[in-house]
Amino acid sequence: MWRRLKRHRLAIASLIGVVVISLLCLAAPLLAPFDFDQIDLANIRQPPSFAHWLGTDDLGRDLLTRILYGGRVSILIGLLAAVIGTSFGSLVGAASGFYGGWVDNLLMRMTDVVYSIPTLPLLIVLASYTQADAASMSITIGVLSWMATARVVRGEVLTIREMEYIEAARSLGATNARIITRHVLPNAMGPIVVGATLAVGNAIILESSLSFLGLGVQPPTPTWGNMLMDAQATMSSQPWLSIFPGLAILLVVLAVNFLGDGLQDALDPRAETR
Amino acid sequence: MTSYIIRRSLQMIPLLFGVTIILFGVIQAAPGGPEGALLESDRFIDPDVIEAYRQRLGVDQPVTVQYARWIGAALKGDLGVSFSTTRPVAEMILERLPATLELMGASFLLAAVLAFLLGVFSAVRQYSWFDHLGTGVSFVGIAMPVFWFALILQLVFGVWLGWLPVAGTETVGASSWGDHLLHLILPATVLSFRYVAGWSRYLRASMLGVLRADFVRTARAKGLPERSVVGGHALRNAMIPVISVMALNLAGLFSGAVITETIFAWPGIGRMFVQAMFSRDYPLLMGILLLGSTMVVVFNLLADVIYGLLDPRIRYE
Repeated sequence: MWRRLKRHRLAIASLIGVVVISLLCLAAPLLAPFDFDQIDLANIRQPPSFAHWLGTDDLGRDLLTRILYGGRVSILIGLLAAVIGTSFGSLVGAASGFYGGWVDNLLMRMTDVVYSIPTLPLLIVLASYTQADAASMSITIGVLSWMATARVVRGEVLTIREMEYIEAARSLGATNARIITRHVLPNAMGPIVVGATLAVGNAIILESSLSFLGLGVQPPTPTWGNMLMDAQATMSSQPWLSIFPGLAILLVVLAVNFLGDGLQDALDPRAETR
Repeated sequence: MTSYIIRRSLQMIPLLFGVTIILFGVIQAAPGGPEGALLESDRFIDPDVIEAYRQRLGVDQPVTVQYARWIGAALKGDLGVSFSTTRPVAEMILERLPATLELMGASFLLAAVLAFLLGVFSAVRQYSWFDHLGTGVSFVGIAMPVFWFALILQLVFGVWLGWLPVAGTETVGASSWGDHLLHLILPATVLSFRYVAGWSRYLRASMLGVLRADFVRTARAKGLPERSVVGGHALRNAMIPVISVMALNLAGLFSGAVITETIFAWPGIGRMFVQAMFSRDYPLLMGILLLGSTMVVVFNLLADVIYGLLDPRIRYE
């Protein structure tokens, strides 16, 4: 798989990009020239300059610094939400496909019901009364982004469970739980990994949308979404405050999506031509 | 086909029933009920007054009782009374619905036209600079937060160039058809952008598959002009799955309208939803979410039916 992915130059470039940006954000306390809440009233609303590469905001806080710190929260929520959503979706899908019968029926009808509710509006309601910290934001987004994974994994498992190695494992006396976790899920890993990758980008956008409505992680902790919310009022006089955080979101999500695309090609044995 | 549609429509009933249970549970789980709005005024309010308020709204009852009341009324077409305006929810929704449908319809049309042009030309000229540009724009369209795109467009076309109005539906004192259309341009562009991206890529892939099919080679071999090969033979077959996806995405436009309407001060349901959320107007939230879910379920069915109608190879039992 790694060899096939390496041929996908754009995906590799994206992977490197995502890792570099994440490391930069993680190392924000070491790298950033200022503190994210350091108010400097002598230098408010500065356009990008040599001292402040991306300019400063209403309180003279350095925008580059805040984008780096904001990225920690935004990317963390993206990753956590994707892990939560994908794990839950995989378990539901695996149980549904493996056991079949009434379990399948129950779980899939449940999936249908949740799938029928428009995600963003429901998310807005949930986010309006859960605590606005990174952990609860991740959980909130995660619990509403498992349905697609569940359906895809179920489809995979339906074919996997008919395989001979499953029969072999069963004849050796393996329990159902062991068969699912050790034999079924690893073989369904391809679509799970692709889905999880794309879910990261999706979660970052959802987080920023919620923050933009004032329902995300609260200031003074910067996230890319709440920085955009703050910037909206002064968009015409200090456009850089709106442009750069949005570009950060765009770049990261774009890279994550390219990576997901590349993984899909690399993991799908049918997509030989490329 | 008729029996298929009837059976699927009947299946919608338990599905929507399940939806109402989840929605009701989620909305009712909110800590600090509708009296929160009273308390926020920071004045001292007699606890008895608050209790009376809760009783009047019916939120003092256990959730199950409240749900039984709500669903009983809803089955008769009564969605309850809004906490904040004391007007019937159904009336409030119907009042705002035209604006939202107009925005959704305009975005849908815009997205469809652009996606078809982009998709067909990208497929016919595969790997040309136009195709690469289209791929690039599509990836950006999918990765870009809607509200940020909206802010940038407001900045460029509203503030810098001054060409287009950035909020509302008409200029006060100078409203006309043309003026209204001008107000529609930015929100419709924002709402349609990611669908242009998705649909054009999908149509491109579908066209590329069909252009390699035998019947296309036959059409070319018998000397048909390229125009009619692409437009008549290839496109007609390639668009079948795309149209089905477009029907599926109609419901997504409703979700997208929440943010778009809020940013552009478009007086539709999406904006009302955000307001209802901040004022904890449970019946109104419930009504709007139920409308959204019904759209999803109906458009899902529509997508399947269209697919069956357009593609004679599909036979529904």
